[in-house]
Amino acid sequence: MTFTLVQVIVGGLLLGAVYALFSSGLTLVWGMMNVVNFAHGDFVMLGMYVAFVVYTLLGGGPLIGAPLATLLLATLGVIVYFGLIRDIMKGPMLAQILGTFGLALLLRYSVFWWFGANFLSLPENLVGGTFDIFGIRIQASRLLAGVVALLVTFGLHLLLTRTTLGSRMLAVAEDATAAQLMGIRPDGMQAIAWAIAAGATGLAGALIATFFYIVPTVGETLGIVAFVTVSLGGFGSVPGALVAGLLIGVIESLSGYLIGAVYKDIVVYALFLGFLWFRPQGLMGKT
Amino acid sequence: MRFSHVIGVFSAAVMSVALAGNAAAQSKTVKIGGIFPMSGNAATIGVHVKHAFDVALDIINNPHPELGNFPLAKNGGLAGLGDAKVEIVYADNQGSPATGQNQALRLITEEKVVALTGAYQSGITLTASAIAEKYSIPFVNGESVAQNLTERGFKWFFRVTPIATDFARVYYEFLTDMKAAGNKTDNIAIVHDNTEYGASVANTIATVFKEKGIPIALDVAYASNATDVQSQVLQLREKKPDVVIMISYTSDAILFSKTMQALDYKPPMLLADDSGYSDPSFIKSAGKLSQGAFNRSSWSLGPAGSPTAVIAKMYKDKSGDEMDDTTARQMQALFVLCEAIDRAGSTEPAKIQAALKATDLKPDQIMMGYKGVKFDDKGQNILASGLIIQLQDGENYVSVWPKASAEKAPIMPYKGW
Repeated sequence: MTFTLVQVIVGGLLLGAVYALFSSGLTLVWGMMNVVNFAHGDFVMLGMYVAFVVYTLLGGGPLIGAPLATLLLATLGVIVYFGLIRDIMKGPMLAQILGTFGLALLLRYSVFWWFGANFLSLPENLVGGTFDIFGIRIQASRLLAGVVALLVTFGLHLLLTRTTLGSRMLAVAEDATAAQLMGIRPDGMQAIAWAIAAGATGLAGALIATFFYIVPTVGETLGIVAFVTVSLGGFGSVPGALVAGLLIGVIESLSGYLIGAVYKDIVVYALFLGFLWFRPQGLMGKT
Repeated sequence: MRFSHVIGVFSAAVMSVALAGNAAAQSKTVKIGGIFPMSGNAATIGVHVKHAFDVALDIINNPHPELGNFPLAKNGGLAGLGDAKVEIVYADNQGSPATGQNQALRLITEEKVVALTGAYQSGITLTASAIAEKYSIPFVNGESVAQNLTERGFKWFFRVTPIATDFARVYYEFLTDMKAAGNKTDNIAIVHDNTEYGASVANTIATVFKEKGIPIALDVAYASNATDVQSQVLQLREKKPDVVIMISYTSDAILFSKTMQALDYKPPMLLADDSGYSDPSFIKSAGKLSQGAFNRSSWSLGPAGSPTAVIAKMYKDKSGDEMDDTTARQMQALFVLCEAIDRAGSTEPAKIQAALKATDLKPDQIMMGYKGVKFDDKGQNILASGLIIQLQDGENYVSVWPKASAEKAPIMPYKGW
C-alpha cells in the first residue's frame, strides 16, 4: 500500500512537471502582453508532429527532434505575432479570443488534412526505457521531460529577472508607451516573447511525444490542463506555473488512486476554484 | 401588406423548390444521411467509415457480378426504384451529443434525407435518433452498443449490431471455457470510461456476470480522453485481478497500453470490448505493447473469393487500412438500410420503415458473422452474434473462440510487449 503510494506520488510529480513544461509558454505570452493564446494546445501538437516527422524521416530521437521543434515553433511564433497578434491586440478582447481560437482550428485541421486523423506514436524505447529504483518505476522519457521542465522554468526566470533583454521585455509588458519613450521597440520585444513562448511550447510537444499518443486533436486534451495550471500558478508567472503543475499532477494522481479516477477532475477543479476564491491572482501572480 | 406578399411569394418559391427537389430525388438519387465523428478525438472513425461507404456505394450503384448473391450487387443502383443511385450526405457530430442532434435535424429538414445512419458514439446515437423519431424518419444504426438505445419504445430506430448483453454473454461463455482449460478467471476487473458507451457496457457486463454468480471484483471508472492513467493502472497492479476487461475509446486505449508497459503491469488476461482496441491506428500505435489482448468482433474474413473477402480487399485498396470490426458493422448497417429501401420500392419513410420491419437477411446475404438480420419489435437485430479474437502477434487479430470458427487456439497468459 505505502509502496504503491510512493509510486503514485512519483508518477504525479513527473506528470506535474510535464504540465508545467507545456504551460510555461502560455503564461509567458500572457505576462508579456495580456493575450490568452487559445492555440497553445495546438502549438504543443505541432511540436509532437515535428518529433514524429524527425523520427520517421531521420530515425532521430528527441535529441534532434526537440531542438528542431523549438526552432520551428519559435519561427512560427514570430510569424503568428506579426501576421495575427499584433493586429488583433488593437481590437477588443473578443477579437483576441476568437483570433487565437481561429488559429487553433487552422493549425489543427491543417495537420488533420496533411497527416490524417490516425493516432500515431513513437517507439517506447526512444528515450532509454524505464528505470526501476527499489521497485519504483520511472520512465526515462517522463524524467527527461521533467528535468527539461525545471531547466526551462529556471532559464526563463533568469532571463526575465537577470538580463537586459528580460528587463526590456518586462518594461514593455508593464507599459509599452513608456518603454517606447525609453528607446525600446515594443514590437521587437513582443515578437521575441512570442518566439520564446512558442519555442518552449514546441520543445514541450517534442518531449511529450515520447510517451503520449499523437493526434491532430491532442491539443484539446492537453490545452485545458495548461489553462488550469497557468491560472493556478498566476497568469504571467513562470515559477508559478511550475509549482502549480506539480501540485495538480500530484493531486490528480493521489485522488485518482485513493478516491477513483472518475472523481479526480472533480477534486482538482474543486480545489482549484476554492483556492482562487482566496487568492484570485493565483499562487505567484501579481495582485 | 407588401411584406406578407413577399413572404407569400418566398414560401411559394421554397415549396416549389422543395417539391421539385423531392420529385428529382424520387427518380434519380436516394439521399441517406450519415452522422459520424469527422473531427474530434474519434475522427479516425469518420475517416474509415467514409472509405467504407464509398466502397458500399460502389457496390450498390455499379454492377458487381463477382459478389454473387450479395444484395444490391448485381445491377447498378436500386432495382426497386428504377436503378436509382444512392447518395450519402455526411454530417460531423464532432464527438458531441448536442451537435449530433443538430446535424440530424439539419439532414432531415434541409437536406431532405430519406433515412439516417450513424452516429458511432452511443451517447450521440441516443440524441440523433430521437430527432429521427420525432420526424418519423428511419434511423439504422450499425455500431452503437449501449443497451438503452432500443429500450425507448422507438418506432423508427433499427439496430443491426449485437449489443452489450449479447457480448456480455459471449464474454461469460468464453471465460467459462477458458476456466475449464485451466485458467483463473474468477477475479474480474472492469476498466471503463464514463461515457454512455463505457458506463452502460460496464453495467451490462456486471449485471450478466452477477446473474451467473460471478460478481465483478473491481470497477475502475475514469473520465474519457484522459491525460494520464497511472493511478488506474496502479490500482489494478495492487488488486491483481485474473481478468481485466477494457472498455475504452482509442485515445485512452493507447494511453493504457503505454502506461501498463511503463509501470510493468500485465494482467494474466486482458479482454477488450472492441472500440479503441479495434481501431487500426491503435494496433499501429500500441499493438506491439498489447500482444495477446483478447477482443470481441463480428467481423471475420471469409475464404478467398467470398463476398466478405472481396469487400475487405476493395476497402483495403480504397483506404490503405485493413477492414476492422467497427467499420464493417457500420458498412453492414448501410447495406441493410439500402436493401430495405430497394425492397420498399419507395423513398417514403413509412414504406422504408415497413420494409425494415420485414427484413430477413440470411448469413450468405450479409458481410458480418451474424446469424442473419431480423428485427424484433424494439428494432434490435435478434440474429446478431459475435466471436472472440486475439491480437497474438501485436499486428493482426485472429479468431480464437468459439472453437467452430477459430483460426487459432487462444494463447495465455497476456504477453503485453
